[in-house]
Amino acid sequence: MIDFPLLSVLIWLPVAGGILLLVMDGLGFPNIRPVALLVAIATFLLSLGLYTEFDVGTAAMQFQEKVPWIAALNANYHLGIDGISMPLIILTTFTTVLVVLAGWEVIRTKVSQYLAAFLIMEGLMNGVFAALDGVLFYVFWETMLVPMFLIIGVWGGPRRVYATIKFFLYTFFGSVFMLVALIYMYLQSGSFSILGFHALPLGMTEQVLIFIAFLLAFAVKVPMWPVHTWLPDAHVEAPTGGSMILAAIMLKIGAYGFLRFSLPITPDASMALDWVIILLSLVAIVYIGFVALVQEDMKKLIAYSSIAHMGFVTLGIFLVFTLMENTGSMQGAGLGMEGGIVQMISHGFISGAMFLCVGIMYDRMHSRQISDYGGVANTMPVFAGFMVLFAMANAGLPGTSGFVGEFMVVLASFKANIWFAILAATTLILGAAYSLWLVKRVLFGDIANDKVRQLEDINRREFVILASFAAVVLLFGLWPAPLVEVMHASVDNLLSHVIVSKLPGETGVALLGAGQ
Amino acid sequence: MTYALSDFTPLATEIFLLSMACVVLIVDVFISDERRVVSYVLSQLTLLVAALISWSMLGNDTQVVLSGTFVSDPMAALLKTSILLVTFGAFLYSRSYLVERNIFRGEFYVLGLFAVLGMLVLVSAHSLLTIYLGLELLSLSLYALVAFNRDSGDASEAAMKYFVLGALASGMLLYGISMLYGATGSLDIAEVSRAVATPGEQGILLVFALCFVVTGLAFKFGAVPFHMWVPDVYQGAPTPVTLFIGSAPKIAAFAMAMRLLTEALGGLFADWQDMLIILAVLSLVIGNVIAIAQTNIKRMLAYSAISHVGFLLLGLLAGTTEGYSAAMFYAITYALTAIGGFGMIILLSRAGFEADQLDDFKGMNERSPWFAFMMLILMLSMAGVPPTVGFYAKLSVLQAVIHVDIVWLAIVAVFFSIIGAFYYIRVIKLMYFDAPEGDEPLAVSPDLQIAMSLNSLAVLYLGIFPGGLLALCGAVLT
Repeated sequence: MIDFPLLSVLIWLPVAGGILLLVMDGLGFPNIRPVALLVAIATFLLSLGLYTEFDVGTAAMQFQEKVPWIAALNANYHLGIDGISMPLIILTTFTTVLVVLAGWEVIRTKVSQYLAAFLIMEGLMNGVFAALDGVLFYVFWETMLVPMFLIIGVWGGPRRVYATIKFFLYTFFGSVFMLVALIYMYLQSGSFSILGFHALPLGMTEQVLIFIAFLLAFAVKVPMWPVHTWLPDAHVEAPTGGSMILAAIMLKIGAYGFLRFSLPITPDASMALDWVIILLSLVAIVYIGFVALVQEDMKKLIAYSSIAHMGFVTLGIFLVFTLMENTGSMQGAGLGMEGGIVQMISHGFISGAMFLCVGIMYDRMHSRQISDYGGVANTMPVFAGFMVLFAMANAGLPGTSGFVGEFMVVLASFKANIWFAILAATTLILGAAYSLWLVKRVLFGDIANDKVRQLEDINRREFVILASFAAVVLLFGLWPAPLVEVMHASVDNLLSHVIVSKLPGETGVALLGAGQ
Repeated sequence: MTYALSDFTPLATEIFLLSMACVVLIVDVFISDERRVVSYVLSQLTLLVAALISWSMLGNDTQVVLSGTFVSDPMAALLKTSILLVTFGAFLYSRSYLVERNIFRGEFYVLGLFAVLGMLVLVSAHSLLTIYLGLELLSLSLYALVAFNRDSGDASEAAMKYFVLGALASGMLLYGISMLYGATGSLDIAEVSRAVATPGEQGILLVFALCFVVTGLAFKFGAVPFHMWVPDVYQGAPTPVTLFIGSAPKIAAFAMAMRLLTEALGGLFADWQDMLIILAVLSLVIGNVIAIAQTNIKRMLAYSAISHVGFLLLGLLAGTTEGYSAAMFYAITYALTAIGGFGMIILLSRAGFEADQLDDFKGMNERSPWFAFMMLILMLSMAGVPPTVGFYAKLSVLQAVIHVDIVWLAIVAVFFSIIGAFYYIRVIKLMYFDAPEGDEPLAVSPDLQIAMSLNSLAVLYLGIFPGGLLALCGAVLT
């Protein structure tokens, strides 16, 4: 325990910063952008404190803060992080800095509202990852929709209204059922504490229903096939910054939900129904991979590629039961889950960078159609270098962070079931196909038209953003140890929790015994 | 029959309000049109002082006075305070609207005060007759208020519809009450409650009576299928009157339901629970679905009110203290949100122009980012999205329903709240994503600006710290 409420600061500093921007704009203050950048950088630097002060040896929640909040509901303002949520918070603060930079010259209308929306959303997303109370989690989770709804709707493309209302209603649809499940568990356990929910004994029918309620909420957010259709629309219409946040963080919140809620609260239902998730994940990986291949809009292509990659994440997370049966050891089971989490973080960087690349081209050409491009490498060589790197990372090239997670998950699925592995491995081929084909059509070849001929290479600001992304992609590709290290204890703890049945009269020993 | 002075202290709020309403009535006769604002200020002061009086009674024990016709308990104190404060807000919004249309008359405030008096009597009723008296005082004042702008054909039509249907509903209620009297031999709620607990041979008669009582009640709430008056009256009435009808009377209706159903007819819980389930589900379905098709925002908010009543009934039909306090929280916070929503229409309107079409909200963010944000909060609250108070209202109601194991009803409710979310976010869409049709900035009087801002910020504040009010709603029932 430390005295400084770091998590609260990480949540409320950006929110306060966002409000400050709006007030400054209202009073006619210039220099909105530097202030926004300052707030974002300050938040990022503070969030690094989570890493340096983090104790990798324990799975217990760290940096905890607990203040009574709503006595009538026994809900507390309870924050805390473990090795699973900590990297996600840093990913959020890191990405927000780059998002603020990315909109620097591009956003010309209602600048203060744009930046304020992103800062407020940063705080809310940090809140989602740090909340240890059901009501608090739900409040952050739902509130987060509002700034995103506005970002897509106000600064988006031509079909933005359709896309953003679809986005809002889809997500709202999923989450209200989660609310019912949370209330039910509150009535069973007497408090909204998420850790209390973890320990709550539940019968099989209850578990299955709760699992389904959570599945509705998280599957929409991830998004999993077949409730993914909002994502391509939202991505295509969102401004570049919106796409970056959507892909880099919002999608991860769904996967985070599986780890924080579904698995530990309903272990037996998760075990019984893991085939559903595995099946949907494999469909996402294979089918959506093919869908990505035929896209003519660059943003759509990357959006579909995101869905396929998130399929990898959910696959990795839910392989645990099959692995446990086959290997009987925690070591083996942890592989898939850690792979999934590494993939989450890595995909956050890569997809954010990919959307940024498209955004940079779009700012110059005002088109996202692949057919309008060709030979961009001739006029924008530096940019082309970065984009090739990110495309390679997206395809899972060794040496980039994309490889680490994919490799771990494929390895784990090999141990679980050879067919899983074969299907999952198709993503390596498909991913390479659509990523590299995209690069080939857009960057290489002869200069396609006069517009491309007149393109100017990236400026210093864009270089800094792309270089930051490239640095982390390579860093975690070459040296993933720090990332795996921080999550290790938490993943082990989660696994040991998940294998213990909540059903009366049965214990996880049966499951362990079956494997040995 | 002799009365001690102490018999009258529990009535302090009502007595004060009645005296002041008469004072305003008389003062108003003697002042010129230019100084009409005196009546307004006097009415507002009356409401504030009355709210203070009833707030001060919050800690008092339950007292039944005047031969068992009037009860003063903590629930009554809290509901009265809310009604008075919500009406204070409603009057605040009304002034500039009435002035701009040359209908700034003392009668508006006098009728309003009498309506409030009716509500207070209703809230404190301990006899079926008192309930009826309060209800009629409320209803008659409201009929007159709806027709207040006598040159408006729409308003007169709405008033006529409201009156005819309202009279029918009062008749139903009275018929039910007479049957109850026949079956139990008393009008006193405590007596009726005792008699109902051991129905004996009167069972079928009591259920018959119950049907009529529930019908009258559902009409007051505007629950489907007794909702026909709601859209027409909301649309036809002058906006400040709509604002008033759509807010405080919901709290009074809740009190009426508490007195009639849970206190008097608690013994018939199993029967009225089923009836309320039907009313609630129908209200949720019809309210939310039909609201989507509306282009007039007053009509849209009318259907939205119907769907909110559906939610409120969920709390009542749970039949637990938890459920009643959830419904009470819902009624109070809904009234707070509703005056804001209608207040926004007043804010956008000006002389000769009614901003009652959805399209009038187009591009509001360009014209006034602050008030667009305030409306955003209100719409989110109605949709039940955190961090606004509407979320906790829904949360506590759902919690009560799930607690008594009617999970399917909770699922139905959340499902239709998704459909409901659509038409609320459509308003946000109009304000933020569409270009304004006229670019003149909003000309809003300062008192309206302050009222609007405070109102919306209260919705936001209660959405972040709902604990106090939630605890209070729980405490007054135990």
